[in-house]
Amino acid sequence: MSKRELVCVSCPIGCSITVELSDSGEVLSVTGNTCKRGDAYARAECTHPERMVTSTVKVEGGRLPVVPVKTSSPIPKEKIFDCMTEINKVTLKAPVSIGDIVIENVLGTGVNIVATNND
Amino acid sequence: METCYDLVVVGGGPAGMAAALEAHDKGVEKILILERADTLGGILEQCIHTGFGLHYFGEELSGPEYAGRFIKQIKETDIDVKVDTMVLDISDDNVVTAVNNKDGLLTIKAKAVVLAMGCRERPRGALSIAGCRASGIMTAGTAQKYVNIDGYMPGKTVVILGSGDIGLIMARRMTLEGAKVKAVCELMPYSGGLTRNIVQCLEDFGIPLRLSCTVVSTHGKDRLEGVTVANVDEHLKPIPGTEEYIPCDTLMLSVGLIPENELSKNAGIELDRITNGPIVDEYRETKHKGVFACGNVLQVHDLVDYVTEESQLAGAGAAKYIRGEKNCDEFVNTKGENGVRYIVPQRISHDTDKDVKLYFRVGRVLKNVTLTITCNGEVIYTKKKKKMCPGEMEYVPIKADIIHSLPADSTMVVSVKEDA
Repeated sequence: MSKRELVCVSCPIGCSITVELSDSGEVLSVTGNTCKRGDAYARAECTHPERMVTSTVKVEGGRLPVVPVKTSSPIPKEKIFDCMTEINKVTLKAPVSIGDIVIENVLGTGVNIVATNND
Repeated sequence: METCYDLVVVGGGPAGMAAALEAHDKGVEKILILERADTLGGILEQCIHTGFGLHYFGEELSGPEYAGRFIKQIKETDIDVKVDTMVLDISDDNVVTAVNNKDGLLTIKAKAVVLAMGCRERPRGALSIAGCRASGIMTAGTAQKYVNIDGYMPGKTVVILGSGDIGLIMARRMTLEGAKVKAVCELMPYSGGLTRNIVQCLEDFGIPLRLSCTVVSTHGKDRLEGVTVANVDEHLKPIPGTEEYIPCDTLMLSVGLIPENELSKNAGIELDRITNGPIVDEYRETKHKGVFACGNVLQVHDLVDYVTEESQLAGAGAAKYIRGEKNCDEFVNTKGENGVRYIVPQRISHDTDKDVKLYFRVGRVLKNVTLTITCNGEVIYTKKKKKMCPGEMEYVPIKADIIHSLPADSTMVVSVKEDA
């Protein structure tokens, strides 16, 4: 059995979480979190770490040259830079609205890239 | 042009919008928001990372999404908004003078005013780093605007001085866009940013955080070519012999935020020497009757969710003031001691009609802490906490009954102590 100390990144409170792992890497217990998200984060972090990705994409004919985007939910951590490559291939045409899908099912993750502002 | 409003809100960021909406909900009829930029939203417009709104909306939003929810609500009301408008002065009798290129000079008589101007970044000039004025030296927030709003990269190899949250967020942002962030240097032995940002912005990308380290000089004539960093001793002075040259074309500064209180100072509003924001009561009313303050102009916050909460207090307070409901003129004061740097609010109406949260920050990292509140030597509250750090704002809730039970003009002293 081993222990891992984590700081939850789900929200700015940043709870200190202790995870107990079995020798085969199975999560035995999660303590120190103050909400359900913390539990989920700790379990994911020890088995398949995930992160939200936020960036911008180019917009033609809009109020601003770029519009911010995010992954609709976290993607596997190791795919962050591949995801950025996909995001940087896109150019949108104005108008863009909050929630518009910019890339569907990015890298086959089942996660969409969505706009987070109007332009 | 002269007009009258019940409430004038100076600043259309998260604080101003929440205060205006709360006042509107509480029945205030004529409300005007004056905003210097060309849109509502304030600094949230360039904060494209997520993590906003988990407390307030129970969802993880980006900055523009969080702002967007309030902008939408404002648009659904009859709250007036003037963008591209700069407030120049607030007079003793709450006449607001502002200017824009459509109306010219505006003179607005207000029954109440909410100050929600936010804060700005401490600039290079405040640091006295040796070196010439090469381009490529900027605050992290300026760089954030270049990348996220204007859509271009201000550099390729970056050193960041200061581990404030904006610096950490920009370390990740620049890395994602293909730049190499060589180091984040922090003068203090601890980070000024949230732990979660150290984890997800630096550790995730292998960016070194060098504590007790600062930039002592910059090199380059037209464009920055590199910086010399050095470790500092316990008095924060560079230690000779520890200098190291790091080649880079960009130096970003994330060395603190300063509430933007020029208007407040001109209006003669008394400021707190530690927060650099106005001294306020539990409804965030300043010592200037009818003038309220909320958000980062009052105290620098870590979370916009808390800004919203605070601004709703100011909005509700302004509504009460406009209705002519007055609290008594007697107060219970608050004070931080032994490691508690400040308390907001600095005073509470003795007959307050609600429970109050006392917000504060500690001066250094503390472990196994006992927090105590005393009044006239008597302990009225204690709480234990595993860890407190200067980068994270703390609060303690105090029941209205307790305030009522204390003598008027007494002082509640909040202190912290590490358990032996």
